[in-house]
Amino acid sequence: MTLDKSREKIFSRRAALLTGGQLALFAGLGARMYYLQVLQSDRYRTLAEENRINLRLLAPPRGQITDRFGAPMAINVQNYRVVIIREQVDDVAATLVRLENLLDPGSFDLDRILRDIKRRRAFVPVTVSENLSWHEVSRLEVNAPNLPGVSIDVGMSRYYPLGSVASHVMGYVAAVSEKDLTGDPVLELPGFRIGKHGVERFFDTALRGKAGNSQVEVNAVGRVIRELERDEGQPGSEILLTLDSTLQTFAADLLARERSAAAVVMDVHHGDILAMVSSPGFNPNAFSEGMKGEEWRELVQNPYAPLTNKAIAGQYPPGSTFKIVVALAALEAGIDPDSRVFCRGVTRLGNRQFHCWKRHGHGHMDIHGAIRESCDVYFYDLALKLGVDRISEMAQRMGLGSRFNFELSEEKAGLMPSRAWKQATYGEPWHKGETLIAAIGQGYVLATPLQLAVMTARLVNGGKAVTPQLILQPAPHDAGEESFAAPEFADIGVSEIARTTVMEALDQVVNHPKGTARKSRITDPAMAMGGKTGTSQVRRISMAERDGGVRKNEEKPWKERDHALFVGYAPVSAPQYAVAVVVEHGGGGSTAAAPIASALLEEAQRRSSARRNAPGRVADSGGSEKASPL
Amino acid sequence: MISGNDRHATPLTLTRKLWQINWSLVLLIVLVAGIGFAMLYSAANGSFTPWASMQMVRFGVGLILMIGIALIDIRIWMRYAYLIYGLTLILLLGVEFAGVIKGGAKRWIDLGFFLIQPSEFVKIALVLALARYFHRLNIEDISNPLTLITPLALVGIPFALVLRQPDLGTALLILMGGGAVFFAAGVRLWKFALVVAVGATAVPVGWTFLHSYQQERILTFLTPERDPLGAGYHILQSKIALGSGGMFGRGFMEGTQSHLNFLPEKQTDFIFTMLAEEFGLVGGLGLLSLYTVLCLYGVAIALRSSSHFGRLVAIGVTFTFFLFVFINIAMVMGLVPVVGLPLPLISYGGTAMLTVMAGFGLMICVYIHRDVRMGRSGEGR
Repeated sequence: MTLDKSREKIFSRRAALLTGGQLALFAGLGARMYYLQVLQSDRYRTLAEENRINLRLLAPPRGQITDRFGAPMAINVQNYRVVIIREQVDDVAATLVRLENLLDPGSFDLDRILRDIKRRRAFVPVTVSENLSWHEVSRLEVNAPNLPGVSIDVGMSRYYPLGSVASHVMGYVAAVSEKDLTGDPVLELPGFRIGKHGVERFFDTALRGKAGNSQVEVNAVGRVIRELERDEGQPGSEILLTLDSTLQTFAADLLARERSAAAVVMDVHHGDILAMVSSPGFNPNAFSEGMKGEEWRELVQNPYAPLTNKAIAGQYPPGSTFKIVVALAALEAGIDPDSRVFCRGVTRLGNRQFHCWKRHGHGHMDIHGAIRESCDVYFYDLALKLGVDRISEMAQRMGLGSRFNFELSEEKAGLMPSRAWKQATYGEPWHKGETLIAAIGQGYVLATPLQLAVMTARLVNGGKAVTPQLILQPAPHDAGEESFAAPEFADIGVSEIARTTVMEALDQVVNHPKGTARKSRITDPAMAMGGKTGTSQVRRISMAERDGGVRKNEEKPWKERDHALFVGYAPVSAPQYAVAVVVEHGGGGSTAAAPIASALLEEAQRRSSARRNAPGRVADSGGSEKASPL
Repeated sequence: MISGNDRHATPLTLTRKLWQINWSLVLLIVLVAGIGFAMLYSAANGSFTPWASMQMVRFGVGLILMIGIALIDIRIWMRYAYLIYGLTLILLLGVEFAGVIKGGAKRWIDLGFFLIQPSEFVKIALVLALARYFHRLNIEDISNPLTLITPLALVGIPFALVLRQPDLGTALLILMGGGAVFFAAGVRLWKFALVVAVGATAVPVGWTFLHSYQQERILTFLTPERDPLGAGYHILQSKIALGSGGMFGRGFMEGTQSHLNFLPEKQTDFIFTMLAEEFGLVGGLGLLSLYTVLCLYGVAIALRSSSHFGRLVAIGVTFTFFLFVFINIAMVMGLVPVVGLPLPLISYGGTAMLTVMAGFGLMICVYIHRDVRMGRSGEGR
């Protein structure tokens, strides 16, 4: 019993110890709880919020692009795609077989789908096929009861209603590539497209808008439970182009008859580009949808370079259209417009001969006749009197030889040679003979169709240094009456006498019985056009060829034929529109380019009354007269 | 109250036994279990299915089991202590040969209608067997090291079997629960020191026997932030949920972390975290206080018992219960490694519930039979 007693005593002591230990440990738990829940509470509360709140970016709708009247040129269209959510599908394999039978052939990549399904979590939708046709959508809808876990998603994709008509100006959007990443997270959204060319590229940031975001509560596996907050962001800004989409379409149809050509129609006072076409074009919608490799290869390898905007990036010897610049330079240098030069068909300089296009010569020529009939000998004579630098200087004033920093980034500067330029580029002195060739727009001289249009505009608008505009500014809906006035451009500093003299000659080019573009004249006197033809050689004509008779263009391979050019304006009485047309390897300017220019100017004038009544800007009726809004 | 003399003489009738049950303890158990139902209801986002209703059914069964065990004469428990222990060992071996593998561990036996986890029963059976063994020994016998060989084996065999399953948490619990009985029985402290020393030298060896995921868990415990998305994720998320609960919590069913599934196993091992997130420090300390009172009840019962067997059973069961609570709560607060022990009476789980209720049944049984004296061999006198 004593043993029992002592055993009990020991037990009691030990039980007390155990209990004390238990209480101490529980107290420790309480202290830890206090530490975590009170002292560290703020820290864990923050962590908890971060844990459950997930920020999702909402891609803003891309800004629309319209022509000057608000007609859509780039819009967002709904694009249907079919997605599958694995966790809602009983039998993935069977469902995919059913889907394959319902979709049009070719759009179904089973390997890719299975890979995606494997990689993504069960509740994440996997795209089965994109850009569903209406037929596919309706077939899927009809079969929806048999397709649990399959749904049709609506996305946005860029659509260009004019297709290839304005493809070069508009550019296109395409998937973001590695080098486009700027750290802006919106670029990393799946399916996000950015502007890759043309207006789409230049105004990409504005068109893109500001990404919104949605704060969603997510659980531990990332499934969205509910939306806590939503910031819609800012849709991209709408952009109004100066283009007149009807005129643009008209121009594109005209140029489509040629293998490769470019044309620019602009308002001579505002600089507004009413039409800018490079032909052939491409289908910008194919880029939005995602282009297939072979399609792309075809575009790149096409000999007529459909991806190049020849209106701003095509650099051509301007040929006789350049005589406008030389004539102005001569008149400004004080050369008497009535003084005559006798054209025998050739000019001799040292031991070299410089031929006129007219083999047997024009006879006596004053400046009007020389321009009207495009006498090369007359201009050789002017060239020798002027020297290249004065010609080059005048060319610069007219807008040639440099870029306008226009909204389209692939714009080329062309080339206006001078003595200093040659010394710097080739390390050789300038030769007199090169001045002669330059005076007829050959040799080193290169210009883009846009520059030629600007040159014409500057001549006929009263000598203002107009620059091309592609964006209708300011946007009509938030601008007052005053802002519709023609912008102030600096004076190019060419006397009115010089300009009117040249314009008289350009009038004769078209409307004089002997004019080179007589056949293309606009018969309505109120709409009559003036202009200048140009035919520029692509390669040098050898002596042997000249002796044996210059081969006709039609007999030469396409690549060796002459470029056909024409610059023009209308109406002659109060010039409003300038146009430049280049038909690559088209033969003669009078036969290939002038008719196109004539049609364009006629249409532009016809449309001016329509334009005046249109809701867009109404200021095309002339720089001097203020347009009434709306 | 019945006088002491009466109790000696009068055999306990069933009605008297029922009268003797400390109903306040039963009420406390029901209260804690009720908190558990509420938490399971919350864990299912405000639904009785799948957990709360099932748990209620089990608790009902558990209550009947508890009362049943309490009413059985304590001498019968003593007589069959070894047999019960033996049966649970057989079940454990059964796991070894015919166990069901779930989550990479073989811990269950499929009885067709019910999955049982024999390692749970072992905890109680071991206490019974050890109590019976030490009951026979007087204080001098205990100081003889040779007498400790049998009880060490009694602990060692289930410990090894459970460790093999592998279930580190339960194995350690068996070890510590058994140790508590050794301690209460009066085994010299230096012998514990010796065992600890031997154990410490065995750790490097034992380490190599651990499964890699167990090693990983221990390493992760030591530096939880080293792998926040991997193995440390559970501890980190648990601390975030718990810490963000603050003083008063987010409110019932408002626990964002638990409801958004950041909290793993919120209906079982991490249910305390959810409670602490929803009811804050106040709720956490409240539950801890209830557990403390339950443990103190157990100690008081042990101290009132006149038989050594009863004392040891009560203290062993109490300490095992305490260990459950302590390890689980310390685990979710990042104080001890994640070993996967449920929170008694609260966590969802059948076998654990029955084990805990059986333990309380024994405790009450000890209380009811507190004046019953038993001979060394186990026959009542």
